[in-house]
Amino acid sequence: MPCEAGVGSAAVIMRTNLTIPPGARRALLAPVLALLAGCQREVLNPAGDVAVQQRDLIYVSTGLMLLIIVPVLILIVVFAWRYRAGSRDATYDPNFDHSTSLELVIWSAPLLIIIALGALTWSSTHLLDPFRPLDRIAPGKPVAAGEAPLRVQVVAMDWKWLFIYPDQGIATVNELVLPVDRQVRFDITSTNMMNSFYAPTLAGMVYAMPGMRSTLHAVLNKPGSYEGFSANYSGAGFSDMRFKLTGVDAAGFDGWVGSVKAGGRPLETAAYLALEKPSEKVPPMRFAAVAPGLFDRVVNRCVAPGTPCMHEVMAADRRADAGGAEGGRALMPPRHDVHSAPGVAPAAAHAPN
Amino acid sequence: MNDPSLWKVVFGRLSWSSFPLHEPILLGTFIVVMLLGLGLLAVVTRFRLWGWLWREWLTSVDHKKIGIMYLILGIIMLLRGFADALMMRAQQAIAFGANQGYLPAHHYDQIFTAHGTIMIFFVAIPLVVGLVNLVMPLQIGARDVAFPFLNNLSFWLTVAGALLVMASLFVGEFSTAGWLNYVPVANLQNSPDTGPDYYLWALQIAGVGTTLSAINMVTTIIKMRAPGMTMMKMPVFCWTALCSNVLAIAIFPVLTGAFALLMLDRYVGTNFFTNDLGGNPMMYWNLVWIWGHPEVYVLVLPVFGIFSEITSTFSGKRLFGYSSMVYATVVITILSYLVWLHHFFTMGSGASVNSFFGIATMVISIPTGAKIFNWLFTMYRGKIRFELPMMWVVAFMITFVVGGMTGVLLAVPPADFVLHNSLFLVAHFHNVIIGGVVFGLFAGMTYWFPKAFGFKLDPFWGKVTFWGWVIGYWVAWTPIYIVGLMGTTRRVRHFDDPSLQPWFAIAAIGAVIILVGILGFVIQIAVSIKNREALRDTTGDPWDGRTLEWSTTSPPPAYNFAFTPVVHDLDAWYDMKARGHERPRGGFLPIHMPRNSGAGVILSAFALVLGFAMIWYIWWLAAVSFAALLIGSIVHTFNYDRDYYIPAEDVARDETLRLAAAEA
Repeated sequence: MPCEAGVGSAAVIMRTNLTIPPGARRALLAPVLALLAGCQREVLNPAGDVAVQQRDLIYVSTGLMLLIIVPVLILIVVFAWRYRAGSRDATYDPNFDHSTSLELVIWSAPLLIIIALGALTWSSTHLLDPFRPLDRIAPGKPVAAGEAPLRVQVVAMDWKWLFIYPDQGIATVNELVLPVDRQVRFDITSTNMMNSFYAPTLAGMVYAMPGMRSTLHAVLNKPGSYEGFSANYSGAGFSDMRFKLTGVDAAGFDGWVGSVKAGGRPLETAAYLALEKPSEKVPPMRFAAVAPGLFDRVVNRCVAPGTPCMHEVMAADRRADAGGAEGGRALMPPRHDVHSAPGVAPAAAHAPN
Repeated sequence: MNDPSLWKVVFGRLSWSSFPLHEPILLGTFIVVMLLGLGLLAVVTRFRLWGWLWREWLTSVDHKKIGIMYLILGIIMLLRGFADALMMRAQQAIAFGANQGYLPAHHYDQIFTAHGTIMIFFVAIPLVVGLVNLVMPLQIGARDVAFPFLNNLSFWLTVAGALLVMASLFVGEFSTAGWLNYVPVANLQNSPDTGPDYYLWALQIAGVGTTLSAINMVTTIIKMRAPGMTMMKMPVFCWTALCSNVLAIAIFPVLTGAFALLMLDRYVGTNFFTNDLGGNPMMYWNLVWIWGHPEVYVLVLPVFGIFSEITSTFSGKRLFGYSSMVYATVVITILSYLVWLHHFFTMGSGASVNSFFGIATMVISIPTGAKIFNWLFTMYRGKIRFELPMMWVVAFMITFVVGGMTGVLLAVPPADFVLHNSLFLVAHFHNVIIGGVVFGLFAGMTYWFPKAFGFKLDPFWGKVTFWGWVIGYWVAWTPIYIVGLMGTTRRVRHFDDPSLQPWFAIAAIGAVIILVGILGFVIQIAVSIKNREALRDTTGDPWDGRTLEWSTTSPPPAYNFAFTPVVHDLDAWYDMKARGHERPRGGFLPIHMPRNSGAGVILSAFALVLGFAMIWYIWWLAAVSFAALLIGSIVHTFNYDRDYYIPAEDVARDETLRLAAAEA
């Protein structure tokens, strides 16, 4: 249940090691927490180190901006009241329309705030770049030297999520299980619509796009049960395109992988093509084995037999440009619609990689 | 007609099933709209108003009348767009757990698409263009815009686009692909029906109108200012209108181009934005947002101008920091081109690109902040009269700075990674569009209404409108900010988490309060027309104004100014009043004016038919209407009867009457 994981007292948040001084944090959090008494509040109370840092950035940026926003709000009210037409003691100076010193303040005050915020933006954007492998799995806990991240390949389908664990050789639908305190590298693509892979408790979202591979590095720090979903509208089944995210310890993860391998059918090409067809509100599924190179063929849009892989078409085009013989057109089936002409492309076009 | 192939030739893909007779909501709406329409037609016929309507309004090239017609279009479309908003709020307030709500996905998706499309393209743009049309030529002391006929054509092309969007309610369906008609949802393979085609043709036709109008306004401002009005003596509203329309000229062709490529994908089978064969949906996102972000400033810059005029007038002071206001406007205009990528940080452009666009976005807040301070220091040491326009200004300043703050927060890429596409983002842009653009438009309409019609708007119902919008805004959107911070995504039709429901219920109540504001405005117009004699302003200057539009009578004569004013000061009319200005009493000359033309209505009607025929694949009709459009345009160029002179006696008689009324 997302609620159980989400319901943490203010004290829990206070205990997590943050970069903001505790006093300031308490002051900032108190009104927000009072408002967010509901149970789905993983954005502000996440269980993953990346999401925690992103949350902190929201607080710090908001605090920086309030330095100027609050005085402005007060001045609006004060000036509106003090200089109202009925006011007796206020000065009236109809020709006051310029003051170099005021102009300097007017332009430099926001400028200073933006310089500070810009510096913060530059460094945090690079540090929290989803393509960049993590340095730490939690504050003060660097990633163990030589420990490769767990790889998960994410395929957004119409309208469900396929998760392939290439190193474990298993796959699931609408169910993502992660070992806690271990760096995870997600490779993300989509079969048709644009979606956005988002588990608020884990890390910020990254788009899932057809014919593209995007990447996200993240870590989950607390065991528990959470929720993830598509954060980009993708058509009729979008609202129910949700998945369950479970955090377990290392032993629990191995046990789970074993149980998936023990029971269930393999995800072969035919099963994948059936799965790819649009469907809504899909219950979780498990696959004990996965066709090798499946994710790369999804990215290159050549899972269906007879469809040429994008990277090979592009490579052939490049050879043709360089003066070689035939371009990518030779790899294409003779018909315009590649899906309607299975099995006519040269065999080389869909060799698994 | 039983032969299906003959049917297809004659009616394209139009069939009986294209009419939503099985959808009770749509059928009910259709019946109500039809009854209202028939009632209106009956009234016009009963009172024999057709000739008057055609001669005085529909074919008019008078910038004031075209401005008023734009405003009417915007208000009517606001009612439609807001009906969509109420339906969405109702759906999200009830669709929890086992309750799926009352809207199936296909209908709900059309509603949020139509809401966004209508509110931006057919509410905000017509209202802004309408006010610029109405006020700007008066402010620069001109008699009309540079290309009066083009102005009429631009308006009617916008109407044709709006009619196509409205037609999609009752014939076929509208797009389900979001307000920018995103691919891949809008690709032929995913949306084979008429939805995206309605969207594309409506916006292409209206877009031509908007582009032509922008060219017209820029030319007018550059070439037709009164003698003495140098660029740095031009009212701020004209400056903002200039920058806004320069932006529009630069960006609308990009949108038109992107839509044209998508049309080729959908009609001819090209692969610009498809998933396969080298197409790239992300390119579409880039192109539409290269239009989309500057578009925000196309709308909000003129509104900043409105606030500047009102603050100065009602504080009884010169505008503080005029030149810094102008430079801020120009800087915003330039920067607004450099930020579009912040609409998709999460697409994976990499840290350096994201940082660049994030910081560029933040930099815009510096000139915007300077503007807020300038208004603040215009109020400082003023004598502020809190009449309705000024109330809107204060509500705007308080609301808008909050929206600006959440906007800068969203410009920090790692923060955006958790808030992108969330209801926090939706709350942010409604915060700046309602709190900025809408409040400003109401301020402007209240401020300039007496100029346009010669009587003020009723203040009681104006206050109902004001408080309805202001309270309604905060009640409706604060909860949406909050659920956004909880990680709730936009465009969701149904929720599982019951703890969110109270927030959506509050938001729905807020929407109803806004409805009170909207209805209050409609009632305000009706009550004001009824009590127009009591609200009458004979001076032409009811607010003690400072700029040239207040120097002529209200409503201004067709020629605006009997003599072109000569400008010596930034606050030209304030300066003239201070020097003891008197209205001219004699020595009138004949005035050269443009003549009305029905060509705009007729050409736009052809464009409407062309769009409809293309949407429904009725190729013969498309060919005929395209030919008619082409031939009609050529024929119109041979019409040399474009202008006439108002005789000096007529000017003298008119001016004497107005003078007598003012002195009575």
